[in-house]
Amino acid sequence: MSSTPPSTDSGTAKRFNIRDLGKMFGGAQSSGRQVGILGALVVIIILFQFLTKGLTLDPTNLINLVNQNAYVLVLAIGMVMVIIAGHIDLSVGSVAAFVGIVVAISMNSWNFPWPVAILFGLAIGAVIGAWQGFWVAYVGVPAFIVTLAGMLIFRGGNQFIGSSATVPVPDEFTIITGYLPDFGPDFGYSNPTLILGLIAAVAVVFNEFRLRRQQERMGSEKAPLWVSLVKLTVLVAVIVYATLLFAGGRIGTSFPIAGIILGVLVLAYSFITRNTTFGRHVYSVGGNWRAAELSGVNIKRTNFFVMMNMSVLAAIAGMLAVSRSVASGPGDGVGWELDAIAAVFIGGAAVSGGIGTVIGSIIGGLVIAVLNNGLQLLGVGVDRVQIIKGIVLLVAVGIDVYSKRQGRPSLIGFLTKNRKPTEDDSLEQPAVQPTGGAEQSSRPQSTTPNA
Amino acid sequence: MAAEPLILQMKSITKEFPGVKALDNVTLEVKAGEIHSICGENGAGKSTLMKVLSGVYPYGTYRGDIVFQGEVMKFRDIKSSENAGIVIIHQELALIPELSITENIFLGNEPRRFGIIDWVEAKQRAIELLARVGLRDDPDTQIKNIGVGKQQLVEIAKALNKKVKLLILDEPTAALNEADSQHLLDLIVGLKGRGISSIMISHKLNEIEQISDSITILRDGRTIETLDAKADGVDEDRIIRGMVGRVLENRFPDRSPDIGEVFFEVKNWTVQHPLSAERLVVKNSSFTVRRGEVVGFAGLMGAGRTELAMSLFGRSYGHYLSGQVFKDGEEIKLRNVDEAIDNGIAYVSEDRKALGLNLLDDIKQSVVSAKLSKISRGSVINNIMESQVAEQYRKALRIKTPTVDEGVDKLSGGNQQKVVLAKWMFTDPDLLILDEPTRGIDVGAKTEIYGIIRDLAAQGKGIIMISSELPELLGVSDRIYTIFEGAITAELTADEADPETLLRYMTSAKKKVQAA
Repeated sequence: MSSTPPSTDSGTAKRFNIRDLGKMFGGAQSSGRQVGILGALVVIIILFQFLTKGLTLDPTNLINLVNQNAYVLVLAIGMVMVIIAGHIDLSVGSVAAFVGIVVAISMNSWNFPWPVAILFGLAIGAVIGAWQGFWVAYVGVPAFIVTLAGMLIFRGGNQFIGSSATVPVPDEFTIITGYLPDFGPDFGYSNPTLILGLIAAVAVVFNEFRLRRQQERMGSEKAPLWVSLVKLTVLVAVIVYATLLFAGGRIGTSFPIAGIILGVLVLAYSFITRNTTFGRHVYSVGGNWRAAELSGVNIKRTNFFVMMNMSVLAAIAGMLAVSRSVASGPGDGVGWELDAIAAVFIGGAAVSGGIGTVIGSIIGGLVIAVLNNGLQLLGVGVDRVQIIKGIVLLVAVGIDVYSKRQGRPSLIGFLTKNRKPTEDDSLEQPAVQPTGGAEQSSRPQSTTPNA
Repeated sequence: MAAEPLILQMKSITKEFPGVKALDNVTLEVKAGEIHSICGENGAGKSTLMKVLSGVYPYGTYRGDIVFQGEVMKFRDIKSSENAGIVIIHQELALIPELSITENIFLGNEPRRFGIIDWVEAKQRAIELLARVGLRDDPDTQIKNIGVGKQQLVEIAKALNKKVKLLILDEPTAALNEADSQHLLDLIVGLKGRGISSIMISHKLNEIEQISDSITILRDGRTIETLDAKADGVDEDRIIRGMVGRVLENRFPDRSPDIGEVFFEVKNWTVQHPLSAERLVVKNSSFTVRRGEVVGFAGLMGAGRTELAMSLFGRSYGHYLSGQVFKDGEEIKLRNVDEAIDNGIAYVSEDRKALGLNLLDDIKQSVVSAKLSKISRGSVINNIMESQVAEQYRKALRIKTPTVDEGVDKLSGGNQQKVVLAKWMFTDPDLLILDEPTRGIDVGAKTEIYGIIRDLAAQGKGIIMISSELPELLGVSDRIYTIFEGAITAELTADEADPETLLRYMTSAKKKVQAA
C-alpha cells in the first residue's frame, strides 16, 4: 500500500502519511485495529478460497454464509455496545429463544398476522430488556449476574411456554429470511441484487463527496484527494465484485433479506455509536464512569438503554432464526451469547470497556463465520472446528493485548514490529506517535513522549 | 562499605523508546547518607531514571552502568533491586486497601515457619517498624481505614522491612497536607541519621530546599547540573532556573482584578458523609463569589474542601442535608451534574486521571465531553465542529500536541490539565471550581495555568480555587476562605492573608471574628 505515489499538490509539501491511510477507514481512533482485523479476514477468505478450490466464494455458499450467520452478527451489534459500556450479556441466546417461541405461538395459536407477530416480538424484547436494564442500571446488580439469571429465566420460559416442544411457524414468516423477487429482463443475474449493489456504490461515492464538501465548507483539514479516490476505487471494486457474486446464485435467489436487515442495522448502529451523543455516552461510561458522571452523563439511563437495546436485538436475532428453521424449539439459541461475545473481542473490543466498534465486531463475527464455513467445506468435524475457533479467539485477543503493550494498536503494527526505524519512518509509524500536520512533517520524529 | 563516599553512581545512562530518547547520557551520583533530590519538569526523565535504577527496565534495555556500593548492578526486576537494598515508593501507593497494615508490610516477604506464615512474628515486627516511622495505629487496621499520610508511612515501614539502604521517594508528599508532609520529611531526615540514603523526586521546591543535601537537575533527558543544596545562592529560584533553562520572572501573573458584584452565594451548606450518618463533612458553610474574582479555599487534606465543592456540583459527594445556593440573587437547584452545568457551574477535579478525563478519549473528544449539545443537532454530533472547537482550545491554551486527534493518555500532566480546563471552559461556565488545578504538574505549566485562571477572571467569571499549596493560593487569590473540619473558619482578603495566618485558621476551629 505504500507504493501509492505521494501527491505534491500543495506548497506545504504534504508527504505520504500513514495517518491519511487511516482516514480511509473513517479516521477513527480505532481504525488501526480495524485495518488489522480486516486484513486477517481477507487472508482467511483467500486461504479458504484456495484450500476449498473456489468453493468459499461460490455464490450459493456465500448466500448460505449470510443466512446462517445473520443472527449472530445482529447479536454482535448489541453486544459490542454492552461490552463498550463495561458490561456483558449472557442472556441473549435465551432471550432470542424466548421471543422466538412466543412469536411462533402468536402466529400458530392466536393467528397473529406475521407483521403483527414481528412487532409483538420486538415489544417482548423491549420489555425483557427493560427488566434487565432496570436491575443493572437502577439496582446496581452486575450485568454478569443479571443476565446469568436472565439466561436461566428465559431458557426456562421458552421451555415452559412451548412445553419443551417445537412450535412450527406459517410459511409466510419465512419471508424475512427469504430472497428478493426477481423482475425485469434476464441477464443471468438477480436484478434486485444488481440494483442493491448499484445503490450501495452510489451511496458510498455520494457520502464521500458530501463529507469532503462539508469539510471544505467548514474550512477544516481534509484528507488529500487521492486518498478519497483510492478509497472509493477499492470500495466500489469490492461492491461490484460482491454484487456479481451474490447476483449470480441459483435462479430465485438474491442477496438474502436477512443480509439486508443486517446491513441496515449495521449502518444504523455504526452511526449511533460514532455520531450521536448517546453513542459518546456509552463510550464514556465504559471508559471512565466517574469522569462521565462528573461531566453530566446520566450513567443509569445510558446503562439502561444499552441493556434494553441488546434484548431488542436478541429478539430480532431470535425471529430470524425461527424464520430460517420454520419452527421455534427448546434448544434454539444455545451458545449464541458466546459466539457474539467472541465476535466482539476478535473485533478489537476491550474486556475492561470503553473500546470497540460495531464494524470491528461484524468483521470479527465474519472471521468466525468464514472459518466455520471453510472448515466445514473441507470436511473438518465440529469437534475440531470448536478447537480451532477457541484458538483463534485466544490468539486474536492475545496479539491485541501484546501489541497494545508495545504501543502498537493493530495486527499490522504487530507484523511490522521488528522493523528498525529507518529514514522513511513516517510510513510505518505507530499511531501513538505525533504525526500528521504539515508543521510537524519537517521535524525529526524523535521528540519526547510528553512533547 | 560505609566508608564509600558514593553509595550510588549511575554512569551515562541512556534509555531509548522506539523513536524517543528518554534518557541521554544521564549521570547521577549519590553520596552515602545523603538526601539527594532530583528536579525537572514533567517529561525531563526523572521517573524513567528511577525505573532504570529500580529494575523496572531491566539490565540490557538501557545503556550505561549502575554502580551501587562499589559493584556494578544488573537488575533483572524490582525484586533484585530490592534485594540489593534499593526500594522505590511510587507516587501512587502500592498498598492493598482491604488488607491490614501488617499484611501490607509483609506482602511478598511474609515471615514463614515451615512454609506457613508466622503471623505472631509478623505482627511483632510490624509494631517495631511502625514505631520507627512514628505510627501508633493498631497493625491490624485495614489500610482503607487510615489516611493517605499514614499510608505513606506504612509504605516506608514496608521499605524498612526490606533492609533498605537507598530509598527512592517519587512525589512522596503530593497527596499529603502540610502537617503530614512535614512529618514525612522529618522522618526522611531521621532515616538519614541512621545511614539510609534517600533519593527524592518532588515538585515542591520548598521541601526540596528544606531537606536536600544535593540536588540534581534533569532537563529533556539530560543531566543539567548537580547542586550542593547547602551552598550559598541555591534557593527555589536557582532550582527553577536550572529546570526551565531560563529565569522565571514572576511565577504568578500580575493581579489587576476587576471585581464586580456578588453573583454566587452559598448559605448554610451542610452535607453528610456518604457512609456514616453521624459525620458531617461540610458544616453550615456560607460564602460568596463575585464576578471576576478568584476565591481561594485553604484547608488541610480531609478538611472538607473537595467535599464542599463536589456536593455543590450536582450533589456528587455525600448526602445533601440543608443549604441554599443563589446565583444572581435567585435560588438555583443543583440536584445533579446536568443541572449544575446548565446553571453555569464547572468543577475541575483534583484527580484528573480518575475523575477528570476518560483516558481512552482523544483530545477533541475530551474537550467537548461535558457539553455535547453545543456541537450536536438533534443529538447527532458534528465531528468537524468538534475538531475545530478543540483546535481553538489547543491554540488558546497552548496544549502541546501536534493534533487534537492525539490520545489524552499520551499527554504530560500539565497538558492533560489544560485539556480538562478546556473541557470546562467549553461549557461556558460563570463559576469555575478548580480543585488542586496544579497538582503534579511542572513549574512552567503551573505558571501557564495561573495565567489561564487570571484570564478567566478577567472575562468576568467567578473562580473558586482549592489548593494545598499556600504560596500558589496567596499568589492567585483575591480573597481566601479557610476551612477546618468541614466549617469555614475565616475569610481573608489578599492583603490580610499570609501563610502563618492561613495555617492558624486551617488548623483550629477558632473562628475569625468578622469585623462588622
